[in-house]
Amino acid sequence: MAQFMPLADAVAQNLGSGDTAAFEGFTHLIPHASAHEAIRQGVKDLTLVRMTPDVIYDQLIGIGAVRKLIFSYAGNPGVGLLRRLRDSVENGWPHRIELEEHSHAAMANAYEAGAAGLPFAVFRGYKGAELARVNLNIRSVTCPFTGEELAAVPAIRPDVTFIHAQKADRKGNVLIEGIVGVQKEAVLAARRSVVTVEEIVDDLASHPNACVLPHWTVTAIAVVPGGAHPSYAHGYYPRDNASYIAWDSIAADRDTFLAWMKQHVLDARPEDFASRTRHLRSAA
Amino acid sequence: MSEVDFTPDEMMTIAAARALSNDDVCFVGIGAPSAACNVARLTHAPDITLIYESGTIGTAPSVLPLSIGDGELSDTAVTTVSVPEMFRYWLQGGRVTIGFLGAAQIDRFGNINTTVIGDYDSPKTRLPGGGGAPEIASSCGEIFITLKQSKRAMVDRIDFVTSFGHGEGGNHRGRLGLDTKGPTLMVTDLAVWKADPESREFTVVSLHPGVSRDMVQATCGWPVRFATALTETPRPTGIELSTLRDLNARTKAAHSGGDKDGEAA
Repeated sequence: MAQFMPLADAVAQNLGSGDTAAFEGFTHLIPHASAHEAIRQGVKDLTLVRMTPDVIYDQLIGIGAVRKLIFSYAGNPGVGLLRRLRDSVENGWPHRIELEEHSHAAMANAYEAGAAGLPFAVFRGYKGAELARVNLNIRSVTCPFTGEELAAVPAIRPDVTFIHAQKADRKGNVLIEGIVGVQKEAVLAARRSVVTVEEIVDDLASHPNACVLPHWTVTAIAVVPGGAHPSYAHGYYPRDNASYIAWDSIAADRDTFLAWMKQHVLDARPEDFASRTRHLRSAA
Repeated sequence: MSEVDFTPDEMMTIAAARALSNDDVCFVGIGAPSAACNVARLTHAPDITLIYESGTIGTAPSVLPLSIGDGELSDTAVTTVSVPEMFRYWLQGGRVTIGFLGAAQIDRFGNINTTVIGDYDSPKTRLPGGGGAPEIASSCGEIFITLKQSKRAMVDRIDFVTSFGHGEGGNHRGRLGLDTKGPTLMVTDLAVWKADPESREFTVVSLHPGVSRDMVQATCGWPVRFATALTETPRPTGIELSTLRDLNARTKAAHSGGDKDGEAA
């Protein structure tokens, strides 16, 4: 049953050191505010799951909160590589994280299997691809009907999934619109879920087939306007592409990164996200 | 010089765009493939279906997206589906005719590496990884590739097989049970290459205007094969060039906005 609470409480009650956590969002509705709150609370040894780890995972890795990353594409989309991730993998700074690497098809199927309560996902994939050599969780099964050999990967079952959504109604039913990514599956696959929203409304006014998470599938809801910035919230504010481009140079140097994190994350609050998106909203 | 001047990059994008047809369903990679696919849509293939892996089907962006999930893609799409549905029903379901990919590292058989430079466990450079590409490479009807030539990118042996092309060549795909065509076309800033029907090795079939065989070989890490009937790539038309330049100008203007005070994230 969804409970409304401040973001700090939602994170404190649902995320602990050593947890397996997914902060999902496929380029859209990325839960930046929740990731920043997790960093402020100093959680450690996380196993992070995400199809497309980008800036927030670069930040979590660079600050030293991560033990292992399960992923399929780690980049700053359209800009380049993740420099904090690279520093960890290539140079062991601040420490070397463990990687479990998949393809998008595998991760999407694995989330869906988690949501469906299945132990593993089956799909046609990884043919000839070398990832199976370095990831022992990529295996195969034989179709009992046709004999076709198919790829199999374990279901993803996070301890907690964090997502950002456009709105919730007063009962806590959550509406996601636009590029919905894998968020519904990631919430249903997780034991607990925390949703930040742009606003609370009386009526979601949604289409019958809209992507709605009923209130009883969500653990906690926090209202954080702008909480996806510099990602975007369809209908509220556009993607701040200039900030993604700027991240490349911020993350390029350890000291610059740490100074930026102190100013914009450690010494900041969830309420700051509203002002970061104010100038973008006219363009939404 | 010529009546219309153009850069090698422009020639690459336009030659790649020409390979697409109006009834294609194309799974679009970000970067150079995205530019080519949208130039095709804005010129000779107005009804082409462009799919981005973020779930947008039949999208028609007025500016090129920076990421594969910019809001513009969803705003202009026929429909936007979830990512699991995208990979299960649409890609795995065999509904995509062309997968259009870029490459960090590629070999003569169209095997692509976007995972690591160096050893996997202690890489010299950790690249983003495969994303959708491993299954795009196996599930699409055929694969087109576009990249700028360099000895760093076009190598004798790639460091990691992220996406399987033709493996060791010949019928390697068939032996793995893959019934799709795999890489058939590669467009670079210097030439158009096609996979040989027997060996499957990429072979230069046309040189872009002003490009010599030596220039192609000097920027490629394997001994280049040239078709016996080698031709010259037709130069860009005025409409192709103005379409591409307008698209790039709109894109640049759209992506340069945002925060000025460094509040990046």
